[in-house]
Amino acid sequence: MSKSHVTTTINGEAAEFLCETQQTMLDVLRDVVGLTGSKEGCASGDCGACSILVDGTLVCSCLMLGVEAEGKSITTIEGIAQGDQLHPIQQKFLEHAALQCGFCTPGLIVATKALLDENPNPTEIEARYWLAGNLCRCTGYDKVIRAVMDAAAVMRGETV
Amino acid sequence: MNYINSDLKVVGTRPVRPDGVDKVTGRAVFSADTRASGMLWGKILRSPHAHARIVSIDTSKAEALKGVYAVITSADFPNIASEEAFVGEGPMNFRDLSCNIMARGKVLYEGHALAAVAAVTPAVAEQALALIAVQYDVLPHVIDVDDAMKDGAPVLHDDMFTAGVNPKPTKASNIAKVVTFKKGDIDAGFAEAEVIFEDSYTTKPVHQAYIEPHACLANYNADGQVTIHASSQGHFMVRAYTAKLLGLDMANIRVNPAEIGGGFGGKTLIYLEPVAVALSRKAGKPVKMQMSREDVFRGSGPTSGASVTVKLGAKKDGTIVAAQQVLKFQAGAFAGSPIGPGCMCGFAMYDIPNVDVLGYDVVSNRPKVAAYRAPGAPISSFAVECAVDDLARKLGMDPLVLREKNAVVNGSKTHYGVSHTNIGFTQVLAATRAHPHWKAPLAEGHGRGLAVGFWFNIGGESSATVHINEDGTVMVATGSPDIGGSRASMGMMTAEVLGVPVSKVRTIVADTASIGFTFLTGGSRVTFATGMAVTQAAEKVVEQLKARAAQTWDIPVDAVEWQDGKAVPAGTNAGAFEPLDLAAIAAKQGRTGGPINAEVSVNAQGAGAGFGAHICDVAVDKETGKVEIVRYTAIQDVGKAIHPSYVEGQIQGGAVQGIGWALSEEYIYNDKGQMDNPGFLDYRCPVASDLPMIEAVLVEVPNPRHPFGARGVGEVPIVPPMAAISNAIKGAIGLRMPDLPMSPPKVRAAIDAAG
Repeated sequence: MSKSHVTTTINGEAAEFLCETQQTMLDVLRDVVGLTGSKEGCASGDCGACSILVDGTLVCSCLMLGVEAEGKSITTIEGIAQGDQLHPIQQKFLEHAALQCGFCTPGLIVATKALLDENPNPTEIEARYWLAGNLCRCTGYDKVIRAVMDAAAVMRGETV
Repeated sequence: MNYINSDLKVVGTRPVRPDGVDKVTGRAVFSADTRASGMLWGKILRSPHAHARIVSIDTSKAEALKGVYAVITSADFPNIASEEAFVGEGPMNFRDLSCNIMARGKVLYEGHALAAVAAVTPAVAEQALALIAVQYDVLPHVIDVDDAMKDGAPVLHDDMFTAGVNPKPTKASNIAKVVTFKKGDIDAGFAEAEVIFEDSYTTKPVHQAYIEPHACLANYNADGQVTIHASSQGHFMVRAYTAKLLGLDMANIRVNPAEIGGGFGGKTLIYLEPVAVALSRKAGKPVKMQMSREDVFRGSGPTSGASVTVKLGAKKDGTIVAAQQVLKFQAGAFAGSPIGPGCMCGFAMYDIPNVDVLGYDVVSNRPKVAAYRAPGAPISSFAVECAVDDLARKLGMDPLVLREKNAVVNGSKTHYGVSHTNIGFTQVLAATRAHPHWKAPLAEGHGRGLAVGFWFNIGGESSATVHINEDGTVMVATGSPDIGGSRASMGMMTAEVLGVPVSKVRTIVADTASIGFTFLTGGSRVTFATGMAVTQAAEKVVEQLKARAAQTWDIPVDAVEWQDGKAVPAGTNAGAFEPLDLAAIAAKQGRTGGPINAEVSVNAQGAGAGFGAHICDVAVDKETGKVEIVRYTAIQDVGKAIHPSYVEGQIQGGAVQGIGWALSEEYIYNDKGQMDNPGFLDYRCPVASDLPMIEAVLVEVPNPRHPFGARGVGEVPIVPPMAAISNAIKGAIGLRMPDLPMSPPKVRAAIDAAG
């Protein structure tokens, strides 16, 4: 079976790859492109560990085909920081100890980015419902939600 | 040395963890992120039947498929004899483990592995699995624990004769073992009781549900040397089990600890590694394997489901004088549920003169259970803490007062023979009484529940090295996989002893070839036992640093003291020398005797037991039966919080796993004995929108057996939630929910039945 050629943008850089038509975007990222920050926790869109942004929209990359990336702009966890400058969300996850094993963390950070891009001033309830698609088994979400709310305040310029 | 009453500069603070940036940028390398040159993909064929004899396995078509390099079955593994495992957590038999990772003769549960392939791509491997022809002779199956104990139930193992009964049975059954614990005279105790309460409870198997599925990368070289990258709670355990199951020398196996994406006990044993090594040996190439989520649910260990009865007898003043418990634990397809700790933990919080506990370890056609956070204790305590609450109601007493009145203190002798030492239960109950949550008025229709919990915590074997770099920075290596921030706490204890900022210390988890034997990350042991090894290694380094200063100054070593990261002369008689800091001594280490480092191995004893108390407020939607957690407070004696944020995180995470166990998580089987909900959509773990903030209250009663007073933290918090929630529901709607999970249909049905 011949592979499909896909032209896309990944983390701001022009990218091309060949993939099988049935390959998921998650498998393409991990096994073809070599970006392993997006994780497979379920491959069924239930855990959010593979969360990416596609033209700014939050997507479980396990539910998207690699060929669907054609012409799109993809952001993965590897594209959240600016060079060696961590994004405020990443910084607040560290400061609040909002991770234990760290496996769900890439997905949570990407999902939080999508939330705060859309709603810079979420209530705690809004943050909890937005992140309900990202399973974390270690933290009980308490410190995650605190990190998200604090990052939102920083991004609004209210605190540092 | 003991630092419990010292002025601490690092321990007790909240620095950013050393592996943090890797984990928020996606750079941390988990097992599934590893690659090897020429690597193949391994996949496992699993049984669709709950119980069947394997008549034949024809792998010829799979082997003939282009791109397939190896196909294996149990014939490719040595047929090893029954032997108790010498490493790992909980009872484990090497033969059972071998038969669990690759079925031999019979498949014993849906999802039981029976063949594996290695191929160039995952897709080719999948195609090859479909070409393996298995002929099954399907047998009757049994899922439920009470059914499995009945006469006439399908028997899984024809060589299983119940252990622990006299005389030994002559007929095979599914009851692997009976255990009993007795204290005092139970009949006299109940005769003396003025109020008796008795009830029955059931719990469902729940999965650890770590978000990272099991994965490994294995390479078997032509010279017999093996390397494995694995995500596990103990890479020395992976080495030992792989060596045993394949008949290899341990020296020929090097296991690299990848980052681990959660375990909670479920990664204290292995499923994939020996299979990947056997595939690699046959294929002559490295083999990578990773489970799907469905594989994880169907093929790896949940904890036991159980059926439990509790009977309590008390005087009118609330003194509990008799306590009886019968526990029937599902072990899964092979013997070895956590029935022992289950029998011990239920009544471990109470000083009761007459106790009788009877436990059954029962096999059925389910995946073999694995350890899950305080194995056995949550099940046992759910039953006991519901019963204690109902006893309080019957006595007309406040549930906290009843617990205070019967609580164990230092010196209290348990029904399993051990006397409690260095415990902080009194302080936990005092903190509970003092907490604003306990005193807060309840909203209309809400209910409040209280439950307490106990876990032993363990010590054991740990190794650590501390190296001083030439510039005075510090390397720490241990053999403990870091599952929740232990690199941070190890670095902090080292920095405290050396008197340097924590930013000058870097901690790694070393592979099996690079550090001494270290027992797995389990039993809440790492901060205690590995922390002890790290502290002692740092202290040995301090002794060397003092000796180098003494040599430099040409004074006796006992005339040198180590203060705040510097060698100083001990008093004016020692001489007047400018202090030498770590960097100054390190810079000259080549000229003063060579590299400065220390390795320490310990077998740590005296892990202080942990106690917790949880307060929970719920609202019950009477129309749907949905239970909402409105407020949750978890109070726990943590000894000394080395890094308080990660201690709180353990408590919050444990409590929320307990909330899932209480309200929504369960294995659901169809009539063919197949799991109907092997995915996160239908196996419902708590998500952020299900929960309020979880307040963790740290009570610090130092454990004198640890240099900084630490005691295990991670397991206690999963013990109280189920009963705390059931008790809160009873407070809200007046109905006892004795069966887990207390899911909306069950709560609604209970409301309907009560009219």
